[in-house]
Amino acid sequence: MAPVMSRRAALKGLIMTTTALALPGVVLGREYGRGAGVPWEPGAADIPYYGTRDEGFLTEAELTTVRAIAARIIPSDEDGPGAAEADVVTFIDRQLAGFYGRGQHWYMQGPFHEGLSTQGYQSEHPPAQLYRLALPELDTYCDAQYGSRFSSLSEANQDAVLTGLDEEEITFETVSAKTFFDLIVENTIEGFFADPIYGGNRDMIGWRYVGFPGARYDYRDFVGHNGARIDLPPVSLMGGPHWTRQ
Amino acid sequence: MVTRLPDVDVVLVGFGWTGAIMAQKLTDAGMEVLALERGPWRDTPTHFPTTFAQDELRYYWRHGMFQEASQETLTFRNNRSQMALPMRRWGSFLPGNGVGGSGVHWNGQTFRFLPSDFVARSHNEERYGPLPEDMTVQDYGVTYEELEPHFDYFEKICGISGEAGNVNGEIIAGGNPFEGQRSDHYPCPPLQMTFSQDRFAASARNLGLHPFPGPAANLSQAYTNPLGMQLAPCTYCGFCEKFGCGNYSKSSPQTTIIPALMRRNNFALRTNAEVLSIERTPDGAMATGVTYVDAQGELYFQPAGMVILCAYQLQNTRLMLLSGIGAPYDPQTGQGVVGKNYCYQVMSSVDVFFEEEYTNEFVGAGALGMVVDDYNGDNFDHSGLGFIGGGYIACWTTNARPIETHPVPEGVPTWGSAWKKSVRENFLKSTSVGLHGASMAHRSNYVDLDPTYKDRWGRPLLRMTYDFTLNDRRLTAHITPVVKDIARGMGGREIKVNNRRGSYDSMPYQTTHNTGGTIMGTSPADSVVNRYCQSWDVPNLFVTGAGLFPQNAGYNPTDTVAALAYWSADAIVNQYLRAEGPLVQP
Repeated sequence: MAPVMSRRAALKGLIMTTTALALPGVVLGREYGRGAGVPWEPGAADIPYYGTRDEGFLTEAELTTVRAIAARIIPSDEDGPGAAEADVVTFIDRQLAGFYGRGQHWYMQGPFHEGLSTQGYQSEHPPAQLYRLALPELDTYCDAQYGSRFSSLSEANQDAVLTGLDEEEITFETVSAKTFFDLIVENTIEGFFADPIYGGNRDMIGWRYVGFPGARYDYRDFVGHNGARIDLPPVSLMGGPHWTRQ
Repeated sequence: MVTRLPDVDVVLVGFGWTGAIMAQKLTDAGMEVLALERGPWRDTPTHFPTTFAQDELRYYWRHGMFQEASQETLTFRNNRSQMALPMRRWGSFLPGNGVGGSGVHWNGQTFRFLPSDFVARSHNEERYGPLPEDMTVQDYGVTYEELEPHFDYFEKICGISGEAGNVNGEIIAGGNPFEGQRSDHYPCPPLQMTFSQDRFAASARNLGLHPFPGPAANLSQAYTNPLGMQLAPCTYCGFCEKFGCGNYSKSSPQTTIIPALMRRNNFALRTNAEVLSIERTPDGAMATGVTYVDAQGELYFQPAGMVILCAYQLQNTRLMLLSGIGAPYDPQTGQGVVGKNYCYQVMSSVDVFFEEEYTNEFVGAGALGMVVDDYNGDNFDHSGLGFIGGGYIACWTTNARPIETHPVPEGVPTWGSAWKKSVRENFLKSTSVGLHGASMAHRSNYVDLDPTYKDRWGRPLLRMTYDFTLNDRRLTAHITPVVKDIARGMGGREIKVNNRRGSYDSMPYQTTHNTGGTIMGTSPADSVVNRYCQSWDVPNLFVTGAGLFPQNAGYNPTDTVAALAYWSADAIVNQYLRAEGPLVQP
């Protein structure tokens, strides 16, 4: 924290103490313009963080529970595939391992207070840590109530437990059960519908299920559809499945 | 140590729409202009090309386009009896970051405010009598007629696609008959509408309303603007708001102004340069420049003859407060001006679900919509209604990005098999009609500095105290039934009414239309800047942005934000540079 303090101290005495005259471009990170035109570098495309097979955050036990929860939020049933076929758990695992799981872009300074419903996420734990603390508490509750961990319960009992979290009838000791539930619902929907580069929505199964054509960028031929179905196979940022699998 | 840098004529704090506009006009006038941008450089081929721009997770849900809350956020509470807590991640609005600012990730809905919006207090009091004491609604001090040439110019810079309704007093069928008089048509014809807009327009006409195509900064055809910038026809990909356009089809600072600036010898831009304060002479009378910190944490003093605030509304207000310029607003006494009249937007909507027809809303664009203005501003008689202002009603088809947009009918659960099935059944067969309502200033809604929470440099965060007012509730209660009638006439199986109920919630995305805090006006007693957007206290300090709005109208702000910036730049070049000093005597 020392550099921050010295900067702050420097700020206070600013006007009186400014001295050295520096040359732009020498001391500065990056300056543009001055007749140089728009900068451009080859191969500089700013690709996303998507996680890889080697990266993960959750333990085997945690993966099992998350997989089971996601499978009840978006179930596999007679109407079509769900979080299991879309491999949502892999999506969540990779997200928790990255900047999102660490809450790196979120404001995570204290003090922490519970907050009102209009004030949003107020946990002192970033998403990955929230999962880590909530999952064992969930199993503790299930064990006390049903004599087994969440992933081993019947679907009906799993739904009853999740409803209890959603409706704030079940609470945890260390974290807000409702905050955890809302977050895992959000992450499951993300994993079902995000581009497959992130590990979920495998083979664009979520997009096929609802009829979303994916990462296309030109629908000019279809603007005048006048209420008729547009049946286009989906395309991912990686292309179509027929590009890689025969 | 603070390094003192060589002088420039003008330093711009922030480099989005208004920074680009100021740089354009002031470099035209021969001034040496330096823009300081807190975020990184951003351009189309590097940061959002068509090969990966359509990434819903990255750009929206992981906030790839926005300011990082870890860098700067604000605290929020509904009223003064509550404790404000930090918005730890963004929700209801999404401040931009980097070159182009929020102008990169906007939808492109480009409306002019109505003439009566600029004289909201005098107009409404003349017609309806005195406003309630707590409504701190004010006149802008500048009129629609004075801004008209600047609206027209900005619309030509952008290549707006639309249908004029009133050109030089002639009412044109198919345009907005309620709009202020225009000096010219839109530069491009309207976008091609889809099924949902056709149904909306037919239903609105049946009710005797006057639908017109929403003015769009999504290009309906190839276009070359007055600066020689070339824009391409929109491809209706459905990734506008919250995304950059990979196709050069959405007007943004990057596609309309910045490339021209980058060729000028008297313009420079420094990125990753976060301004910490505006510095002044020892007597406080004049600005001397700004202090900023770079990516390495080094501090610099940038001397300048003029300082112009071009950041987002929230940061402009905070920078004024942190720099101690102008008296902070006190809601208890009603005294002070900085942070006063924070306003937002009051929205409600009605979803329409079809049985047979497909809406295919993935074929969309940010400003692809049909609009009715019959219930906006003072376009209807408010006698006996107990509120002023209104809003437009529109059917936009902006997207069907599935993480964000998967509407389900009334009574469907929020997860599980029944939810999943309903999402599938309705994903391609639904649309929405929205009310985009005005937000009138109220004594109790304001921003100030938070007493507890700090940013990474140890400086107080901004604190927002805001809730919907009685005027807001009456406004939506009166107009939402009209939205419902239009929606019902569109021929769907069922509708779902999303009323504006309860307190303002800072989390669900509503709109990035935060206004007020550095409001303009006719007197230093009740405004931060004069009619030319010049600080009453420090004459070589000018402010831009929606913070200037004394209250928010029932429209999207960008056209008015841009027109005010061009108006202010014009005053700087044609008046201030000839005789430096206050342009209005208090």
